[in-house]
Amino acid sequence: MIEGALDGLQVLELSQFISGPYCCKLLADLGAEVIKIEEPETGDESRQRGPFPNDSNHIEKSGLFLYLNTNKYGITLNIKTPKGREIFKELVRETDVLIENNPPLMMKELELNYSTLKQVNPRLIMTSITPFGQTGPYQNYKSYYLNTFHGGGEGYLLPAGLGYVLYPDREPIKAGGYIGEYDIGLAAAIATLGSYYMAQTVNEGQYADVSGLEVIAGLMRYEHAPYNDGWVVNRASWALPIGGLAQCKDGFVELMPLMEHMYEGLLELINPELAQDEKYQYKNVMLSYARPVGGEDDDVRQSLKDLIEEWALKHTKEEIYHQVQAKGCAAGIIATPEDVLDSAQLKARNLFVEVEHPEAGTLKFPSTPCLFSRTPWQLRRYAPHLGEHNEAIFCNRMGISKQEVLELKQKGVV
Amino acid sequence: MSTYRGPLDGIRIADFTTGLAGPFSTQILTWLGAEVIKIESMEHSSLLRQTAEARFINTNLAKLSTTINLTRPEGLDLARRLITVSDVLAESFRPGVMTNLGLDYEAVRKIKPDIIMISLSGFGQTPPEGHYRTWASIFGGMGGLTHLTGYPDGIPCNERGANDTRGGQYAAFAVLTALCYRMRTGQGQYLDLAVRDVICCHIGDVLLDYTMNLRDQGRRGNRDDKMSPHNCYRCKGDDKWISIAVATDDEWRSLCKATGIAELPDDKRFADARDRWQNQDELDGIITAWTLNHTHYEIMEILQASSVAAVPSLNCEEIYTDRHFKSRGFVKEVEHPERGKQVVTGPPWILSATETSLDTAPLMGQHNDYIFGELLGLSSSDIARLREDQVIY
Repeated sequence: MIEGALDGLQVLELSQFISGPYCCKLLADLGAEVIKIEEPETGDESRQRGPFPNDSNHIEKSGLFLYLNTNKYGITLNIKTPKGREIFKELVRETDVLIENNPPLMMKELELNYSTLKQVNPRLIMTSITPFGQTGPYQNYKSYYLNTFHGGGEGYLLPAGLGYVLYPDREPIKAGGYIGEYDIGLAAAIATLGSYYMAQTVNEGQYADVSGLEVIAGLMRYEHAPYNDGWVVNRASWALPIGGLAQCKDGFVELMPLMEHMYEGLLELINPELAQDEKYQYKNVMLSYARPVGGEDDDVRQSLKDLIEEWALKHTKEEIYHQVQAKGCAAGIIATPEDVLDSAQLKARNLFVEVEHPEAGTLKFPSTPCLFSRTPWQLRRYAPHLGEHNEAIFCNRMGISKQEVLELKQKGVV
Repeated sequence: MSTYRGPLDGIRIADFTTGLAGPFSTQILTWLGAEVIKIESMEHSSLLRQTAEARFINTNLAKLSTTINLTRPEGLDLARRLITVSDVLAESFRPGVMTNLGLDYEAVRKIKPDIIMISLSGFGQTPPEGHYRTWASIFGGMGGLTHLTGYPDGIPCNERGANDTRGGQYAAFAVLTALCYRMRTGQGQYLDLAVRDVICCHIGDVLLDYTMNLRDQGRRGNRDDKMSPHNCYRCKGDDKWISIAVATDDEWRSLCKATGIAELPDDKRFADARDRWQNQDELDGIITAWTLNHTHYEIMEILQASSVAAVPSLNCEEIYTDRHFKSRGFVKEVEHPERGKQVVTGPPWILSATETSLDTAPLMGQHNDYIFGELLGLSSSDIARLREDQVIY
């Protein structure tokens, strides 16, 4: 087996849904040993969410769960019972890192906050992921993924550009899927690895208090920073002088002729005669880079827009993508899931892995966006069944007898 | 408890990146205490530095800046000398540029065998499309996110900076894993990050719905598979909105009580979660009639007091002035030598044993004396000559 970048790192996961599990998956996929704790019987709430094969709900077949929990060991433990907490603390004693995304009040009430757990394991690294963090006036406020995305300022700017022009009176929206929660998990993985790196050099653990809203707001720094110039950006604020989203024969494309040679390349492709016309020279058309939507277009700009629109409608997204790129101009497809899975570039990078899962059948999901020359991404094991490694961890590793585990099971502890 | 400059105290990064994704990735590493040296030049100055100073500042906090003209052989020599005293090399040029400069991984590892080098690009360094031109709106689209963003009856909607920054986060993560590996084995490595692929990984569940069921989830606005209400509602004021999400029957009862909307509790259309989900358009209309009478912050306080998830859809001014973000030190002011006070945002975490440095961004070439003199050991007469010759430029 090829060595993983994070071989030797031991992680205990007390988290569910997306942010915490994704954080731990990132570490597990690169070699960390992650023991995931789930509630007996129900398990991680993502097990109740789709996609399911043929849409038939099954606790072992949730695509969301199976994707977010690769390479982990899974045990069940009810930490709301005293015996469950005792076993939990035993696990904390042996781990490098604990990652959790429970409400701050819950961890305090169960006396499982960092100051308590540090007494169990003085070198413990602990990362807590919550919407508002562990401090500040909103610390105990509730926020689901929709609220976090909007509270972090990303939703307020969607839809922008043409999407706003067409529906100026509608509500701001979230971006597709659960994207913000993945971003939050990634940020937590960074904080955790920073702490781990430090622990290797100075032999001290620390506590990372990660706020989901702050992760999102931090990602918005490009849009938000012009506040310093007195500009409060809103959904109406964005438009390219030329290009942007365009409808084509079989979908949508994005054209970005932002530099002179790109603009010229695009024009040559669409209408070589115009490329010679003084009026259509780059400097005469691109008077300003970003300007409020709704401003008047002059005749030249308007005629260019019409021309691009007309041209795009006659071509397929694949044609436009490759032909415009061949002219050196930035362009892309607004890819559907089918387009993403068909992409020649993604195939060449082996982004997708395809596996036969014993319960869920064929699964095809992304691996990693980064090609590591020495420590490649590896699928070592599928996401665990609920309680799959109870015996391996409780009996073989912790030395609890099988008889005792059976009793704990009857009491609902495991 | 002792305080460190940060977990990466002593790690030096030679940062050739420009734009947003690359600088944000190294920005994250400065938060963890790394010394990040930006390599800039009058010869090929960053677009962000020229046109959008506030954005530049908020992606280059606490970095050092040096000016090296990479179009000159002596400039490349300086760059190589800087790399030999660095732990990490980060770059975000078009694929091929570093090779042309003689600074590709194979060349660099000859002068610094344990270097960790990361290349950030839209599509990766590999053929067939690695050399294609991209910006954030394009790789958001190519990654599949744009198609999923929008109203159910509307067009696909792009994001801009966030697609760069989420890629930058992955780059910082990848570098950290490589640093852990190097600490254990002494080995460096090369990391080829494609920002478009980050987007794909962050919609992995949506892609699985396609491979499992051939379903294209398409655009769903603010909708959720299960929860209702689950939307943004217009509030009192100009373009003010509150997001509300209800997951349980308890939360539903709390919402009914806290809003005091008389007809809600007994309306059969909203009796259980399934009914509420099926009739969410009607439900949204009734809720909006109530939210219109209050400001978004008022509603947050009213509903959160009853444990209902309600958070305003905040704009930048609200985020930069909100008491919560300020109290955590996430929003801070720095003093920029040319622009004065600047509001910036720090790391999205608080570390118990680490103070985060949030120094302002550097002026171009501000740290040349330290870098060429102290770090590389050049004499002041050499430095003066290289300045004269526009190598340090």
